[in-house]
Amino acid sequence: MNAPIRELTYAQAIQEALATAMEADERIFLMGEDIGVYGGAFQVTGDLVHRFGEDRVMDTPISELGAAGIAVGAALAGSRPILEFQFSDFATLAMEQIVNQAAKMRFMLGGKVSVPLVMRFPSGSGTGAAAQHSQSLEAWLAHVPGLKVVQPSTPHDAKGLLLAAIDDPDPVMVFEHKLLYKMKGEVPEEAYRIPIGKAVVRREGRHVTIVATSIMVHRALEAAEVLAGEGIEAEVIDLRTLRPLDTATIIESVKKTTRLACVYEGVKTLGIGAEISALIAESEAFDYLDAPILRLGGVDSPIPYNPTLEKAAVPQTPGIIEQVRNLAKGRI
Amino acid sequence: MPVEVILPKVDMDMATGKIAKWHVKEGDAVKKGALLFEIETDKASMEIDASSDGIIRNITAVEGAIVPVGQAVAMIYQDGETVSASIAAQPLPPVKPITPAPRPDAEQPAVIPAASASGRFPATPLARRLARESGIALESIAGSGPRGRIAAIDVRGALARPAVPQREGTDLISVDGMRRTIAQRLTLSKQTIPHFYLTVNCDLTRLSEIRERLNAHAPRDAQKLPVWKLSINDFIIKAMASALNQVSDANVIWADEGILKHHSCDVGVAVAVKGGLFTPVVRAAETKSLSQISKEMRDLAGRARARKLLPAEYQGGTTTISNLGMYGIEQFTAIINPPHATILAVGAGIERFIPIKGQPVLRTQMTCTLSCDHRAVDGAVGAQLLAAFRTFIEEPALMLA
Repeated sequence: MNAPIRELTYAQAIQEALATAMEADERIFLMGEDIGVYGGAFQVTGDLVHRFGEDRVMDTPISELGAAGIAVGAALAGSRPILEFQFSDFATLAMEQIVNQAAKMRFMLGGKVSVPLVMRFPSGSGTGAAAQHSQSLEAWLAHVPGLKVVQPSTPHDAKGLLLAAIDDPDPVMVFEHKLLYKMKGEVPEEAYRIPIGKAVVRREGRHVTIVATSIMVHRALEAAEVLAGEGIEAEVIDLRTLRPLDTATIIESVKKTTRLACVYEGVKTLGIGAEISALIAESEAFDYLDAPILRLGGVDSPIPYNPTLEKAAVPQTPGIIEQVRNLAKGRI
Repeated sequence: MPVEVILPKVDMDMATGKIAKWHVKEGDAVKKGALLFEIETDKASMEIDASSDGIIRNITAVEGAIVPVGQAVAMIYQDGETVSASIAAQPLPPVKPITPAPRPDAEQPAVIPAASASGRFPATPLARRLARESGIALESIAGSGPRGRIAAIDVRGALARPAVPQREGTDLISVDGMRRTIAQRLTLSKQTIPHFYLTVNCDLTRLSEIRERLNAHAPRDAQKLPVWKLSINDFIIKAMASALNQVSDANVIWADEGILKHHSCDVGVAVAVKGGLFTPVVRAAETKSLSQISKEMRDLAGRARARKLLPAEYQGGTTTISNLGMYGIEQFTAIINPPHATILAVGAGIERFIPIKGQPVLRTQMTCTLSCDHRAVDGAVGAQLLAAFRTFIEEPALMLA
């Protein structure tokens, strides 16, 4: 008997993951600014405060550093905190706790403790929120050993990756995309997990590999669909996890297609595309490369407020089509 | 500011040009208009002049180098300007012999690879590995990628081509751009244009008489030399133009958008040159006198042999005349020179006995075969054109009408 397909939005899928985990494990609690009665800046926590009470859905003062410190302490003391940042940009305020404390405890104390916390970061541009509320800082945190960083691109992955993050004994940073919160998709009711550290091939192809993250997965898939009409078969890999990186999937794909494009929203310079390019250049896939590696990332600029410039600051589908076409046709 | 000397675009579809010869060297003082260098495209050679007065510096392309259109090949400095070392430090290398393998899906013509200063050839890692594994030298492969980069497709293309037998007693002659263009265009023509052929014999009795009289009565110039010496070919050009003018449905070319009908009758004439041929075009030949055509043709043929034709002088027209009569060839069929719709293959004047009123009479005949592009010129139209041509040859006085 086939269960009927059930669709949820990306935000609903996250809320369902939170509720499912909280039902199953009393140690889990939520923290964040306006996540209680207000339901969260992007209405992700919604009415969870009514279901689980203010002890488990806690509004915090406007101090990201304070909240992050409380989360690290709670995790060390045996709780399973999940901290929501209103905007991922505010991770900068909590860097001491994230980078110097959460990421390092297990290593500095000889493995005697772990910091099982989850931090959720609404990120990305496209909402007209300007330079201080539109960044994609996932590569900053992915640079830190001791952290795990995931970037779900679909409602299905948002639930599955969050449940895996909650289970994980180490700090996991979940970068959600603000433009994806309203995206609908099939989400099974059961409590499934998507393994951290595994990429997924969203579309198979043999001429060029596109490694994309978050919302760029959808733009890459749109581009691949158009290019397929021109006889260019692009393979689209959704990275899902930035750290630890699924190197095997990327290397295998590039060995097959011989061409690589990285599409990501974070600033191109010193970003995730640079890491993947270097990974391929260092790997056995090097001898399979038949074209320079292409990086399509955010421009070297703060995200502009002007909507036209805001769009131009990050990869968009037409640009991806054009550049990947040039790559596949040997023009770059 | 120093003035850049760039490789100019002298031909519509020109992507690169070869520096054939420098007439100046580093440090030479030049005046505006002085000859700087000669370039060679796949069709012609061209002289490039200085655009301003000054001192020549930073010559970056040696003789033989193939340079993209628009690239600076030298600088002209005014008095007191300092020389930029960064440009001077990067001389372009000479070109190596090529075997082009154009990328099938590439829209740009293949760029000829240039060895870098270190003697290495730009190639993708995959191309290098394939070349290494199959024992083929990268130097023997032409890269189709940007800046001549060799990609896997180029290596596979080189491997797919049968090896040239390099037995003792043979020499491999490397070929130039013109030869390649001829190879490419005529292969395309013969493979994609549906040719059909029409043949007639033209009686040259009256034409020969008139030609002799016209030449005998040619006025003399200051040196007491005749101002014209008409050839049979001049009559053929005029007759073909007159025939096209009369059968205007044949004065066409096949284009993707439709059939392009020409207003004036422009006739290309194949001129053999060392290593190939050119087809300079006599414009509006139906409006020109025989002596005008003769004079023009002498000039065009001379400059064709010296490879000094301008692209505009060998482009356009709807037909070509190819005359191999001087070799004693009686009859042959020619391959249409794209985008033309017809080509007339002209044989030698041959004395034959032909029956006139039941008696064999000795007459000089010239056999002409018209190749037609059936997409643009049907059998009946082609036949009308060739019949009109024969009438003008056999009754040359009609060309005066």
